[in-house]
Amino acid sequence: MSSPLAALPVITPAIPELFMGVGALVLVLFGAIFGQKSYAFVRWLVMLVIAVTLILVYLSPSARVEAFHGAFVHDGFARFMKIAMLWGSLITLYIADSYLKDTKRQAFEFPLLILIATLGMMLMISANDLIALYLGLELSSLSLYVIASFDRDNVKSTEAGLKYFVLGALSSGMLLYGASLIYGMTGAVSFAGIAKALSSGVSMGAIFGLVFILAGLSFKISAVPFHMWTPDVYEGAPTPVTAFFAAGPKIAAVALLVRVIEQAFPGIETQWQQVIVFIAIASMGLGAFAAIGQKNIKRLLAYSSIGHVGYVLVGLAAGTIEGVAGVATYLAIYLVTSFGAFACILAMNRNGHYLEDINELAGLSRTNPALAFAFAMLMFSLAGVPPLAGFFAKWYVFAAAVNAHLYPLAIIGVVTSVVGAYYYLRIVKIIYFDEPCEAFTPAPVAIRLVASAAAILVLAFVIAPAPLVNAASLAAKSLF
Amino acid sequence: MHNLLSTLILIPLIGAAFILFVPKGRPNTLNNIRWIALITTIVTFAVSLLAWHRFDPTNSAFQLIEQGAWISDAIRFKLGVDGYSMPFILLTTLLMPFCIVASWVSVEKRVAEYMIAFLVLEALMIGVFAALDLVLFYVFFEAGLIPMFLIIGVWGGKRRIYASFKFFLYTLLGSVLMLIAIMAMYWTAGTTDIPSLIKFDFPVSMQKWLWIGFFASFAVKMPMWPLHTWLPDAHVEAPTAGSLILAAILLKMGGYGFLRFSLPMFPVASADFAPFIFFLSLTAIIYTSLVALVQEDIKKLIAYSSVAHMGYVTLGIFTLTEQGIEGAMFQMISHGLISSALFLCVGVIYDRMHTREISAYGGLVHRMPLYATLMLIFTMGNVGLPGTSGFIGEFLTLVGARLVNSWIALFATTGVVLSAAYALWLYARVILGKLVKPELMSIKDLSLREAMLLGPLAILTIYFGIHANAILDVVSVPTEPLLASIKTAVGSVKAASLVP
Repeated sequence: MSSPLAALPVITPAIPELFMGVGALVLVLFGAIFGQKSYAFVRWLVMLVIAVTLILVYLSPSARVEAFHGAFVHDGFARFMKIAMLWGSLITLYIADSYLKDTKRQAFEFPLLILIATLGMMLMISANDLIALYLGLELSSLSLYVIASFDRDNVKSTEAGLKYFVLGALSSGMLLYGASLIYGMTGAVSFAGIAKALSSGVSMGAIFGLVFILAGLSFKISAVPFHMWTPDVYEGAPTPVTAFFAAGPKIAAVALLVRVIEQAFPGIETQWQQVIVFIAIASMGLGAFAAIGQKNIKRLLAYSSIGHVGYVLVGLAAGTIEGVAGVATYLAIYLVTSFGAFACILAMNRNGHYLEDINELAGLSRTNPALAFAFAMLMFSLAGVPPLAGFFAKWYVFAAAVNAHLYPLAIIGVVTSVVGAYYYLRIVKIIYFDEPCEAFTPAPVAIRLVASAAAILVLAFVIAPAPLVNAASLAAKSLF
Repeated sequence: MHNLLSTLILIPLIGAAFILFVPKGRPNTLNNIRWIALITTIVTFAVSLLAWHRFDPTNSAFQLIEQGAWISDAIRFKLGVDGYSMPFILLTTLLMPFCIVASWVSVEKRVAEYMIAFLVLEALMIGVFAALDLVLFYVFFEAGLIPMFLIIGVWGGKRRIYASFKFFLYTLLGSVLMLIAIMAMYWTAGTTDIPSLIKFDFPVSMQKWLWIGFFASFAVKMPMWPLHTWLPDAHVEAPTAGSLILAAILLKMGGYGFLRFSLPMFPVASADFAPFIFFLSLTAIIYTSLVALVQEDIKKLIAYSSVAHMGYVTLGIFTLTEQGIEGAMFQMISHGLISSALFLCVGVIYDRMHTREISAYGGLVHRMPLYATLMLIFTMGNVGLPGTSGFIGEFLTLVGARLVNSWIALFATTGVVLSAAYALWLYARVILGKLVKPELMSIKDLSLREAMLLGPLAILTIYFGIHANAILDVVSVPTEPLLASIKTAVGSVKAASLVP
């Protein structure tokens, strides 16, 4: 006689997610009972939940395991992406506090929404069929729409939330349409089933479905031509939320995109490769040229993030283990650099007024040399200048493209990176060459800590690049 | 000590870290910073002499090799030197104390940052010449842009921002194409170890593309006509020590790159592209010499003369003859000494008069006899007068050119005449003549500090002019196997094409 436990679905691989989900529900109750004064407590508990989840993910095996009848998968790739993404959520909560305090938005919903969005992103990364994909995506997106407009008395923040919601809903619709086409043509929802069905012949309908799915996911990673929401949402959303958008959701969506492509459509590489190459070139180009005219630092970084998504897609376009390893390396380095940059932006504060005009940075190297140095190093890293970490990120994705003989893509990519270097240099120029203006109010410890830690990581990466690179290549191997 | 080269790279960085911790706001803070920087560069020079002592110049293999794990098994941290890189390392470490002393008084604002930028730059420059891994080389090569960008942009002249951006973006654009070539080499050869890559036979069709990728980077760095336009701007706007480093070391990275990578790794492509290089070099020699003639700014004139002199270097390298390559190496070292001395000379009068217009000067010999004498030596070196180091390099490259084609040698020789014209005319206008300008009446001759800067460079200019073998003996050792391997590679391709 079999044990009664055998009737239960296998849940072990999903323990981190389950822990998070239960934690989120308990904390919602907690917040509902104790009201707004529970913000500080909820924030700490949410950080604790995320930290514990992080440890659980660290301890999880990197061998491939499935749960819930194959809807959920955990492997080395998921582990790598989840760790990066969880760090993103944790840092967001850590640096957001002072901003929420200054803008009088210390509500317990904020950490909870981040937690629920993070849970959704965990599910995205582990999605192994079209239904799990959609559920994870919507769980995170719905939370993100709300936190984009969290500064609800601010017109720009409200506008950001609304725009994000309308365009996000449209993209979800496209994604669903694509998913239904794929299901109709292949009769399968699981990625493995789709791959198997497609291996015996590709129908036009399935390619249509593929394109719609790629379009829907491109919205989420803000790749050109589905990037229109990004500058407005980045500018309007509260700065810590922007920092979060630039890292976590992007990592999750790229991870999902990689998994869909590599596990559901490996047999029709020629079809998806064209799409990805086009999107990559368009994103790199737009990211490089459109950022030149920006004066608002958050808008500038929005365009910069569009460009960086383009570089990530260069690795994906290669469609090889090296390419996916490049994607993973790139995302991890971008996460660190981007959080460092946003911490520096949060430090642009005079008596509680958060400044966003890049000219406010003028002469920062005299008024605050440490912050100026950190900011400059992060900008050089985003520009991809060696010896900073950003160079190695670009090295891996472009090397993968060269290995796949995508020479035009690689050459266009490096040329756009030179164009992009111009606007990062412009920030360095304002910081170092211009005459100083009034000093900023000293930033709280959390922000200084994140900014300096990011700058140190970006600088020191050249000394020991191997651990991250090896972890990324192990992660990539688990997908193939 | 088995890690002499990495020590050499580390010392300036340690010195920079020390400067970071000098207490600010004390009366002697600035002097402490300057002394730390000076001592660091002198110690670095001493250690590089120790490296020179350990180095066996008669051995054509890489020496003082050290390696360690870095990115992966294929991309390792590997340093080593041979007869091409050792002279450049010595040149770098020799000139750095001059840079620090030259900035002793003229740089007053943000001294700590200035010295840190220079020390970091020194570490990176040594790294460029010592790297024996292609990716490591690229990292050092590109990283140097950051301190140089800041040096031009923060301490430069009126149009410093334009000049610094132009410098950075121009160089970066050239380099990223080299990066693509490096990636292709990495996947083809499976390693980025330079000694292994030199032995690796790249397919001829691939060599051409790789050669173009490397050419893009080195031609901008060199700079070769028509990619030279960033140089006059950067030179004019950079502070004196910045111009010095730019002319003496950074430009040489292009020539070093051709010798280290393009020739040994892509021998067939190098032979095929040689006429193209001759055309660019001759244009550089004649055209930029003519442009130098009409300059009104002293620094700009020297900058254009640098482009012309670099034309001899590329010409010499691609003659693929012993005389040409050794002459090119000699020319680079000699130009490193002479152009830095000339920029220091400009710095001397600029510090006094705050202008670099040629027309603002005249008859300085009456007030500054010592300055006039030293300037004469460097002008003659720049012209290539026998007895100065400038002669040997130009002469040997011309001999190399003559072995390839007399017409090329003929056109290149006109450059010698033109260089005499612009350099002597400059000397005549600035130093000779009557002292009529009232502002110049009270100008003072060299201070002890300035004399100590220019004196040793004058001695070296003449020493290498007479005792040329001091350099030639070192650079000839790696040249012979290099030429032999090029000959084999080109010969086997020709033989293959003859087979029906």
